Amino acid sequence: MFDTPHVPLPAKPGIGYKPQHFAAILDDPGAVGWLEIHAENYMGAGGRPIAQLRQLSERFPVSVHGVGLSIGGEGRLDPDHLARLRQLCGWLNPASFSEHLAWSTHDSAFFNDLLPLPYTNATLARVCAHIDELQEVLGRRMLLENPSSYLAFAESSWDEPAFLAEIARRTGCGLLLDVNNVFVSATNLGYDPRRYVGDFALDAVGEIHLGGHDEDHDDHGAPLLIDSHGAEVADPVWALLDHTLALSGPRPVLIEWDTDVPDWPVLEAEAARAAAALARVAA
Amino acid sequence: MTGLVADFLPALRDAARPAPDGVTDGAGRPAGRRFDVYRNNVAVSLIAALETGFPALRSLIGPENFRHVARRFAAGHPPASPLMMYYGQGFPAFLAKLGALAHIPYLPDVARLELALRDSYHAADHVALTPDALAAIPPERLEHTRLAPAPSVRLLRSDWPVSAIRAFAIRDDAPKPAGGGQDVAVLRRGFDPEPVTLPAGGHAFLRALQAGEPLGKATELGARAAPDFDPGALLGLLLAHDALCQPEERQ
Repeated sequence: MFDTPHVPLPAKPGIGYKPQHFAAILDDPGAVGWLEIHAENYMGAGGRPIAQLRQLSERFPVSVHGVGLSIGGEGRLDPDHLARLRQLCGWLNPASFSEHLAWSTHDSAFFNDLLPLPYTNATLARVCAHIDELQEVLGRRMLLENPSSYLAFAESSWDEPAFLAEIARRTGCGLLLDVNNVFVSATNLGYDPRRYVGDFALDAVGEIHLGGHDEDHDDHGAPLLIDSHGAEVADPVWALLDHTLALSGPRPVLIEWDTDVPDWPVLEAEAARAAAALARVAA
Repeated sequence: MTGLVADFLPALRDAARPAPDGVTDGAGRPAGRRFDVYRNNVAVSLIAALETGFPALRSLIGPENFRHVARRFAAGHPPASPLMMYYGQGFPAFLAKLGALAHIPYLPDVARLELALRDSYHAADHVALTPDALAAIPPERLEHTRLAPAPSVRLLRSDWPVSAIRAFAIRDDAPKPAGGGQDVAVLRRGFDPEPVTLPAGGHAFLRALQAGEPLGKATELGARAAPDFDPGALLGLLLAHDALCQPEERQ
């Protein structure tokens, strides 16, 4: 339809790229077959970040993951930010571009967090219009990621898998299934994560995310998991990955580790564990 | 449609407010402290961005004080764009008005220097003017030659020895700051910006070059600021730091 020619992400493990790992990755990437960057960190005019990204992109497929477009926001998409995304995707021609089902900006104030949305027909129409616009601007299909949820909106009239499937159907976008987010949301809101995955439009999934979470409790003593990206992927999330891959078949699987970033061998070991999970479904 | 933003935002920005109506724990009970996760994420992420961006400031007032000050700043000054690398432009002015830190009057200038370093880090690359290229300009044309400072050059004037204060704050081996004000140029050779103290007249000279003035006029402005201004010595310093651009080919 509007896809700029590019090499897609391989069905291998990738990692969220951190500059402190630059030399180690080039030296020996181990199980890591591709890299993901946060778009907003590479929107400066030049300097080391851009130079490193150019160098890495010559060796690895790169996925650009936006964290600041506010696709679910009530206002129009920020034209300046759209232009910056187009510029980045233009020179880099990444293997994939993804963003979140969330909002983060209002009246040009940016909240630096992925804020939740009620799943209503009004939200659906707004999100679809924004994705149409973004895909038009980028000239490529994007992936939309499921959020981690700490609360629910009483007015929601869709469940999340159906809501995302309908967005994909209407806009032609693909989906990014964050398995840790599924586990976090399912625990926090009291539903079955396997059923969520079973209801998910797996044919549209172009990438899977994994990350670590923290454990807390709500006012009633119920478990409240926080999507912190600051630890190893938890065992039940690895199990949910196996369950997902058994249904979906092999997909690109990303390890996200954004806070208290570990040394390279620790991160690479997580990628190796994802490689083993992928090998089990490929066999 | 609900006023998502109208309901959500005031509670997000003010921890004293209850969670908005219409958000629940998934079992129909009010969201309560579940909403605090979002409040906390916003505050913590902005504080972390300021901690990363202002390490010398943090060292000077201590991590606890810094977190407190950063939290207050972040609450009233959300980022104006998703480019967190530029967050904190208003931090020096905020610090200058903060009564609790008025006894450390150089803090705003240290913050300005740290902003300038970060800004320089992300600035556009350039092809540096070489000493040979400068030497090849015929002497009679030098006065009329325009030399553009690199896009990563930032200039700062301070009534304090701001660069020495910053170094003392973040480096174990730095000497105790002494003396009065400093004119500082942030110069980026390769990818690592470095604060360089300018000789008297140097600030006026570089400002003139940034404004597109030819060398003759810039030298005149430098000498007006400091009678013993030595343009040759300053040009040597700038060349050593790759701080000037190779002129575009014009034939």
